[in-house]
Amino acid sequence: MTDMTANGAGASSPSATLLLILKARTFIALILVFVFFSIFAPNFLSAANMVIMSKHVALNAFLAIGMTFVIVSGGIDLSVGSIVGLCGMVAGYLLLNGIDIGLGWSIQFNTLEICLMVALVGIAIGALNGFLITKLNVAPFIATLGTLYIARGAAMLSSDGKTFPNLSGNAEYGSQSFRMIGSGDFLGVPISIWMLIAVGVLAAYIARRTPLGRFIYAVGGNERAAGLSGVKVTQVKYFVYMFSGFCAALVGIIISSQLVAAHPATGDTFELNAIAAAVLGGTSMSGGRGRIGGTIVGAFVIGVLSDGLVMMGVSAFWQTVIKGLVIIAAVVIDQAQQKVQAKVALQAQAALGN
Amino acid sequence: MTLDPESGSPHPIGLSIRGGTKVYPGTIALKEVDFDLRMGAVNVLVGENGAGKSTMMKVIAGVEQLTSGTVTMNGEAVHFTSTDDAERHGIGIVFQELNLFPNLTVADNIFMAHEKTRGGIDIDMSAQREATRALMQRLEHDIDPDTLVGDLKVGQQQIVEIAKSLSRDARILILDEPTSALSNAEVEILFRVIEELKAEGVGIVYISHRLEELIRVGDYITVLRDGMITGAQSMEGVDIPWIVRNMIGDSSKDFAKEIEHPFGDEALRVENMRLADTSGGFAVDGVSLSLRAGEILGIYGLMGAGRTELLEGIIGRHPHAAGDVWVQGDKMGRPSVPDRIAKGLALIPEDRKHDGLVQILSIRENMTLSSVGSFTRGVHMDLGKERSRVADFVRRMVIKIASPEHPVSALSGGNQQKVVISKALMTGPKVLLMDEPSRGIDIGAKAEVFRVMRQLAAEGLGIVFVTSDLEEVMSLSDRIIVMSDGRITGEFSREEVTETALVSASAVGHAPLSEQDAERETA
Repeated sequence: MTDMTANGAGASSPSATLLLILKARTFIALILVFVFFSIFAPNFLSAANMVIMSKHVALNAFLAIGMTFVIVSGGIDLSVGSIVGLCGMVAGYLLLNGIDIGLGWSIQFNTLEICLMVALVGIAIGALNGFLITKLNVAPFIATLGTLYIARGAAMLSSDGKTFPNLSGNAEYGSQSFRMIGSGDFLGVPISIWMLIAVGVLAAYIARRTPLGRFIYAVGGNERAAGLSGVKVTQVKYFVYMFSGFCAALVGIIISSQLVAAHPATGDTFELNAIAAAVLGGTSMSGGRGRIGGTIVGAFVIGVLSDGLVMMGVSAFWQTVIKGLVIIAAVVIDQAQQKVQAKVALQAQAALGN
Repeated sequence: MTLDPESGSPHPIGLSIRGGTKVYPGTIALKEVDFDLRMGAVNVLVGENGAGKSTMMKVIAGVEQLTSGTVTMNGEAVHFTSTDDAERHGIGIVFQELNLFPNLTVADNIFMAHEKTRGGIDIDMSAQREATRALMQRLEHDIDPDTLVGDLKVGQQQIVEIAKSLSRDARILILDEPTSALSNAEVEILFRVIEELKAEGVGIVYISHRLEELIRVGDYITVLRDGMITGAQSMEGVDIPWIVRNMIGDSSKDFAKEIEHPFGDEALRVENMRLADTSGGFAVDGVSLSLRAGEILGIYGLMGAGRTELLEGIIGRHPHAAGDVWVQGDKMGRPSVPDRIAKGLALIPEDRKHDGLVQILSIRENMTLSSVGSFTRGVHMDLGKERSRVADFVRRMVIKIASPEHPVSALSGGNQQKVVISKALMTGPKVLLMDEPSRGIDIGAKAEVFRVMRQLAAEGLGIVFVTSDLEEVMSLSDRIIVMSDGRITGEFSREEVTETALVSASAVGHAPLSEQDAERETA
């Protein structure tokens, strides 16, 4: 989260110190809510509560990681919540029925095969978003709003609006391990958290150390300049929506495994929480700026805040109001940071006499 | 009409600037200028890009304020803090870049923020339509008030922009390159309108690069160079050589000295490049050219001549551009910027801010954007190698930066331009396409950019550069091509070229020309 270059440039000046504090603000906010709830909410710091809370946070964090790439590239992906719902239904359907190829018998799959197929569904919807946005020039907001409805409708159609119950899998087909994704743990840490760590590290690596990541920032910062510099803008956009779809598919799998059931309305308005986490983590809605680490911390702030308020017995209505206030405050502080940052850079440049 | 007591001229002074100085961070745009704007006459303003014409007009129109000096109107000192303020004093300006709303109608645009209303709330559409019709009749254009401005041709949009100023009863009308997008017939109409306005006593300021046009339409001329006025007089006795002399000056600016070196083989060949523009014509119309390694080819022409589009066509930005491109004898495939960069072409765009740089990213990230492949193994970027490459170029190009991690937007124009050039050079190009490389940078940075260009050419790089600065094109190029209206209208070697020849070639195909040019056109 902290940026070493700010230190190097001269930590002695007051605005550089201020900048450092502003940059680490989400992290500071996380520590503050943690301290607050450990004092005022009973059992907040218990191991059991930590595990439950981290599972809640993980779901939003997956979506927020995908969302961060999309927003950094200058777009928005409203369809992730619906993809969660649809992918959960696909997983449930495959577990219960396999694929009926119409010859009186059906193909059944093991857990890994089911997960791969569900991930492909998420990636395919992401690719559809990418196609609409790059080839048909539909604005990202509208394109993903369209796929939001399409995916949600498809999820409803898949079961006529009913829930797929008892997704405990079948040992004969090798799908009994499906439950473990949501409920199992490894070294005392839930599987879904391990998955989050893997996806988070992968995404952060892509963002910082691969040309693709560099191009995502460039496209979001100035699409024309990126194109004229030889960046394959279309490919970059396809990637971010497909990656976002992939993250949503993972969430769909995890939720249906945790609940041992798939309901077509799952994931409703999840996209808004994902956007909130990304923004809280310092991602700029106008593109070109944002960090994976910041987003994950942002997701934790939102998650800890809502779980902590529940434990304190604050009403759900107040929770919603508080969440809104936190998001607005985050953006206001972000504006201040940008101003200070520009000032520090200009001062350093002016010191050169130019 | 009263006689001006000071000069006894029939054209009274409506506005004057005394000791006008305007300082921007890093550059002085205007130095102690004295300017008189005469009413009932066309005051022509001429100078090269960056000479300060636009700044002076922005001061008069209230867009910018003078750092020091005074503006007086009718003997009273005035201080315009905004365009509204200037408008209340009867000053209207038609900017070079049109300020219209493409998805509103012509009438809506003309009365924007000055709507004719009933009781201040309800817009009186029919009154606006009537007034618009009357204005269009006056401007001899048959444009329906309900047409969307976006559906009009650029020339017609210009007329709408002028109508907008007229509707506000402008007593002083500033026209910044009004003819750059107009056809011959439209220019004739515009000149008739100008005559009419003059007769009504309106003071007109007319900025243009088309010198012959200026001589025809102007009554008074003011020439600017590097923010100073180098000539101001009535139009009598003024000819093109006089204007050019005042624009450029007798002593040449100190550009890098020529390093003599032999040219290599053909580095770039373009055949029959054609690119359609939005209004159904061709922005680039059958251009062919050839460039040898180590050669600097200057492309001179006025705004809208198709120079930028030609370079963009060569780099592959426009997928629908027709024509073939060879780099070192290697024929290029379908237009695609990444492919052509890989084959050894690199473009330095005209508009640094919108096309050249990603302002939000750091200097380092901007510099290496086109060449990340050179320090990437598999998918892994070697950031240490990147940093050392950047440090290397910062030293070579003499870029003044505090840290390569700062956003590129913190740099001055000249240093930003060096970042863009570094980005292009990092790809190891064989041919460098430079679009107005000296635009918006101060004289010192210009000299350094030119020094770099010479050095690169000496190292065997082929360079095509576009400029509308006569002096630059003449002192820097080994060979000069002149473009007008999307076509090549002249080609000169360094030895045989003259300013007058360049100026007249750049006006071929455009409105009111002398007989000599009319002959050239028919020939």
